[in-house]
Amino acid sequence: MKRRHTIAILLENEAGALSRVAGLFSARAYNIESLTVAPTEVSSVSRMTVVTSGSPEIVEQIIKQLNKLVDVIKLVDLFERPHIERELMLIKLHALEQNQREELKRLSEIFSGTIVDITNENYTIELTGPRETLDDFVKAVGESSIMEVARSGSIGLLKGNKTLNI
Amino acid sequence: MAEILRGAEIFVRSLIDEGVEFVFGYPGGAVLHIYDALFQQDKVKHILVRHEQGATHAADGYARSTGRAGVVLVTSGPGATNTVTGIATAHMDSIPMVVFTGQVSTALIGNDAFQEVDCIGITRPCVKHNFLVERVEDLATTIKKAFFIATSGRPGPVVVDIPKDITAASTEYIYPAQISMRSYKPMTKGHTGQIKKAAELIKNSERPMVYTGGGVILGNASTELTELVRFLGYPITNTLMGLGAYPSSDKQFVGMLGMHGTYEANMAMHECDVLIAIGARFDDRVTGELDKFCPDARIIHIDIDPSSISKNVKVDVPIVGCVSSILKELLDQIKQSDFMKMEISSHPWWEQIDKWRKIECLKYQKGTDVIKPQAVIEALHQVTDGDAFVTSDVGQHQMWAAQFYGFDKPRRWINSGGLGTMGFGLPAAMGVQLAFPKEKVACVTGEASFVMCVQELSTCLQYGLPIKIINLNNRYMGMVRQWQEFFYDRRYSHSYMDALPDFVKLAESFGHIGIRVEKSGDVKDALEEAFLRQDRLVFLDFVTDQTENVYPMIAAGKGQHEMHLSPQDRELA
Repeated sequence: MKRRHTIAILLENEAGALSRVAGLFSARAYNIESLTVAPTEVSSVSRMTVVTSGSPEIVEQIIKQLNKLVDVIKLVDLFERPHIERELMLIKLHALEQNQREELKRLSEIFSGTIVDITNENYTIELTGPRETLDDFVKAVGESSIMEVARSGSIGLLKGNKTLNI
Repeated sequence: MAEILRGAEIFVRSLIDEGVEFVFGYPGGAVLHIYDALFQQDKVKHILVRHEQGATHAADGYARSTGRAGVVLVTSGPGATNTVTGIATAHMDSIPMVVFTGQVSTALIGNDAFQEVDCIGITRPCVKHNFLVERVEDLATTIKKAFFIATSGRPGPVVVDIPKDITAASTEYIYPAQISMRSYKPMTKGHTGQIKKAAELIKNSERPMVYTGGGVILGNASTELTELVRFLGYPITNTLMGLGAYPSSDKQFVGMLGMHGTYEANMAMHECDVLIAIGARFDDRVTGELDKFCPDARIIHIDIDPSSISKNVKVDVPIVGCVSSILKELLDQIKQSDFMKMEISSHPWWEQIDKWRKIECLKYQKGTDVIKPQAVIEALHQVTDGDAFVTSDVGQHQMWAAQFYGFDKPRRWINSGGLGTMGFGLPAAMGVQLAFPKEKVACVTGEASFVMCVQELSTCLQYGLPIKIINLNNRYMGMVRQWQEFFYDRRYSHSYMDALPDFVKLAESFGHIGIRVEKSGDVKDALEEAFLRQDRLVFLDFVTDQTENVYPMIAAGKGQHEMHLSPQDRELA
């Protein structure tokens, strides 16, 4: 049975490290839903989060193949343990009429979003949350009012004392 | 105070300090500084090939026969792209190799400069790892890392791309004695608990089977394997990559397994109750249809690469680590218990295997006037006392060499198993002959494969390499023709080798000896004559039976027990 897995990876902050991970997924025909990467507090280390899905056997292979990459220092499959997962979304919406503007403002408040840019014709809202929450917000505002959406892909941390560190 | 050297000198000094004997290469613009530095020393021997693909295969042959990393040096652009087939060949068979490619100067990278390609991007999917050297200060350390990665864990090729300006810049030269990488820690010791579990399964099996692959050879574990298997008294089969890990002349050896494996090896696999897989990766050419693979077996899998475990076949007892130490520990565990050796003369499992053996699946028609390719390989075994290094290309001749030569030692059988690279045989033989100048080296090839790297005959002359080329010339791409005969209703689409060269004249034009052999009665004499010429390359062009096919054969979609044994059998099936 296919399940969604979020894998957090610490890798050497080297040129080409990202393409090694991306290349692995395409070469072995693994599914990739989102991939996000940025430097960490240790400048030589990047942290990547890959969201993928597959049967337990496939995900086991993905983890092993990732571990085999020389640039990969450590990784954890967040799916297996209690964890927090968040995604950032910037969404630009038509906001012309007063009632429409009111409604969007209300929805933004309900979803704990922030209106970060306002013009006479549109709002840009910043929203952070689990992927499903962002999906819900997109559904709630309705397709017709959406001008543009940018999502970061998920990042995550283990709950409690557990950490992924070098 | 360390010496200040230019990048090109650092490169050469690093190779010397790494203990590199040979570099197989071809010069060009981006590596001219390095070639100039090579010229001014005599510790590292440079072997000038005639095509960069030849350099990679020669380095590969050197690596497979010695166990040390093969080293390649080529220029940027086409020099680099020409190495890709050889790198992929080494990658599929886990061969330690370090390939140095020149690159345009740092400032020009990305500008579509003359002879620029994204070498790191092109080679990324077929290397164990690759590096672009961005500062001369990193050069020596990067070279050390490259050799460390190529030769440790599950070995493989590593590419180091060196921009031209790096080879001109200067810095202090320090070659690290050792290297430690936080992101690369190859596992070495097997888990004792898992080894215990495996020992229990092994002891209590009724119909055990040992199946070993190239990992035993790469891990230098033939001695440990032989000791364990002899102690157990169990049957053993080797994969194409694993031939020689266990002496093929031993009674417990049931032959190679897989698509063209023996009837007894494949049947024993199918019927076994415990399968002990060692340094093998359950390749599709071995397993046949996965749904029908070893239906009754509990499977133990020993491998250094965790990603090999349960990749194709789900296993019951995985043991990850260095094969030689695991086999030693396994044998110790079994010795400490009350294990009774399986008697080859009386055990029911061996009686069953002997029944399969009686089918004589490798028999072929003898006493014909036309030369049977199998007979050439058998004669080669006799003439070389079964102790030659044998390289091969890819196709029918490769399978016959694997089936009929009978390898008793590891690292004697050198072939492209995983990638199946035609053109591999001759350059690989060059690497072997350079490493073992006094030994007999035979390249078993076919007329189609051979011409794919024919230019290396010139390299052989330059370095006086007395390789014996055994050309099984059937005027067809034999294996393609065989498949077309079996599965495409004898429509021989482009598998016929029209307009073949006169191989005798071809060999002579390159300065070698060429002999054409057309009658089966002349095969042995010709081979003897060739091997008497210890200082010369001899090309033996054997005109063989055009219609001979490789049997047994497991067709696509079939299980290991569903072999075709002969043309008659195939028609019935």
